[in-house]
Amino acid sequence: MLVRKLKELIIEKIIFLCGVLSIIFVGLIFLFLLKEGLALFKFISPGGFLFGKSWYPISEPAQLGVLPLILGSLIVTLGAAVISIPIGVGCAVYIAEVAPAKTKEVLKTGIELLAAIPSVVLGFIGMVTLVPWVKNIFHLPTGLTALSGSIMLAFMAMPTIVSIAEDALYSVPKSYKEGALALGATRWQSIYRVMLPAASSGILAAVMLGLGRVIGETMAVMMITGNAAVIPQSILVPVRTLTATIAAEMGEAVVGSEHYFALFAVGIVLFVISFAINVTADLFLHKKR
Amino acid sequence: MTPKIKIENLNLWYGSFQALKEINAAFLEKRITAIIGPSGCGKSTMLRVFNRMNEMIEGVRTKGNILIDKENILDADTDLVVLRKKVGMVFQRPNPFPLSIYENIVFGPKVHGLNNRYELEQIAEHSLRSVLLWDELKDKLNHFALSLSLEQKQRLCIARLIAVKPDILLMDEPCSTLDPQATSKVEELMRELKNNYTIIIVTHNMQQAARVSDDTGFMLLGELIEFGKTEDIFTKPKDKRTEDYITGRYG
Ligand SMILES: Nc1ncnc2c1ncn2[C@@H]1O[C@H](COP(=O)(O)OP(=O)(O)OP(=O)(O)O)[C@@H](O)[C@H]1O
Ligand SMILES: [Mg+2]
Repeated sequence: MLVRKLKELIIEKIIFLCGVLSIIFVGLIFLFLLKEGLALFKFISPGGFLFGKSWYPISEPAQLGVLPLILGSLIVTLGAAVISIPIGVGCAVYIAEVAPAKTKEVLKTGIELLAAIPSVVLGFIGMVTLVPWVKNIFHLPTGLTALSGSIMLAFMAMPTIVSIAEDALYSVPKSYKEGALALGATRWQSIYRVMLPAASSGILAAVMLGLGRVIGETMAVMMITGNAAVIPQSILVPVRTLTATIAAEMGEAVVGSEHYFALFAVGIVLFVISFAINVTADLFLHKKR
Repeated sequence: MTPKIKIENLNLWYGSFQALKEINAAFLEKRITAIIGPSGCGKSTMLRVFNRMNEMIEGVRTKGNILIDKENILDADTDLVVLRKKVGMVFQRPNPFPLSIYENIVFGPKVHGLNNRYELEQIAEHSLRSVLLWDELKDKLNHFALSLSLEQKQRLCIARLIAVKPDILLMDEPCSTLDPQATSKVEELMRELKNNYTIIIVTHNMQQAARVSDDTGFMLLGELIEFGKTEDIFTKPKDKRTEDYITGRYG
């Protein structure tokens, strides 16, 4: 009896410790990021950093305008959203509402497999297949473009979007569908007039989480977007994202230099964007009517 | 008088389980017919053949004829959209859509291709008036339908049906989730609706059947044991099993 109670107590404490530790770690990481990132503003003004149009960290004097990187990330993400949202939501509707049981299993397994492909592998495949296609189809000097990145990232967002949106559709009460069909609605009408609105908050959350994955993705993007830190005029030019910049330059930045602090500041920008996306997703997921 | 609905030798199987056995009956126009019987005897199944909702379930087979206005709705080439427009259904648990009150009511008409705003508004008003909700809700048409009380929801579901101008209303235990007061209000509504619609109601509640219906059918284990005028069924049942049931010997 006493032993059991003691065991309970110890387990409880350990779990508590784990919870607290994870919060402490997150807090420490955040503090570190903040401390290193904000140090940049001893060198340049926040406005100059955020709205500066050129990123030449090793020229003399260094130009550390993050705008091209933000726009690079946004255009790649936007492209990925345009591709992955309709396909992902469509696929979720098909799996949840239309597909016969067998097809459903096959599709779900396929989606899980897609999620399991490491991003570097996807990036590599994209580099040897997608990049030449984009180059040839649009007659470009190089296929390493924002578009290539968008297509690749759409593949990474899709599993998240499909599985969460499918869950959302699946948890819509059957009685809604019955009600719609009993009123003479066709299957398609019942889906888009009742099921989709009923699942809308879950679907929006799915989209946000999918895009959260996209914006934080590094490896594949670095491999196929061309990495040119210029403000993109279209989706068919090379761009450089926030993530790729940090990954590519952290190794060569001298610790304590302006460049070094600037990369941390880029990290803060990325953090803020991801955080905003996740919070939005959370709001949708927990929205109560 | 020719019957509105005529059932001839109806049989239905869920896989290998036969849920309806050789059913024959005739339902008259603009009357309320109650279907009573113990749990699991096939009442809901029977109701759901009239609008062919059973077909959503895998492995259902039906044999026999159901003539509605002399047309066999079990024919393979029956247009389900047309059928369900004509034969509406109210479910046991009120199931308004998670949309606004207004959108709930105009759902049917919109689905059937009506887009004229003025007409839709007319229909919304008429439907809500028919279920005596207009005065309560006319200023709340944009409110979320799921915020209504249970009784209001069930009325709204009936209004939603009326909006598609059906002929026949099927009600599967429409009051089983309502309290007695709300129940008596919905029953009153049914009596009122009888002037315009043919109503078939499934109920567990024998008092309710006795109170609202003109005709009653008693089912047991998939068979229609007895069918006739409600007062006859309740005062001088012909079959011993009917008598046992209405005197409460079946639980
Ligand atoms: N989808 C199904 N698959 C297999 N059997 C079913 C299915 N639905 C109903 N049944 C069976 O058919 C019989 C009749 O069911 P039904 O729902 O019509 O009964 P009911 O009279 O409406 O009962 P209750 O009063 O409990 O609502 C029951 O024995 C039930 O187990
Ligand atoms: Mg039932």
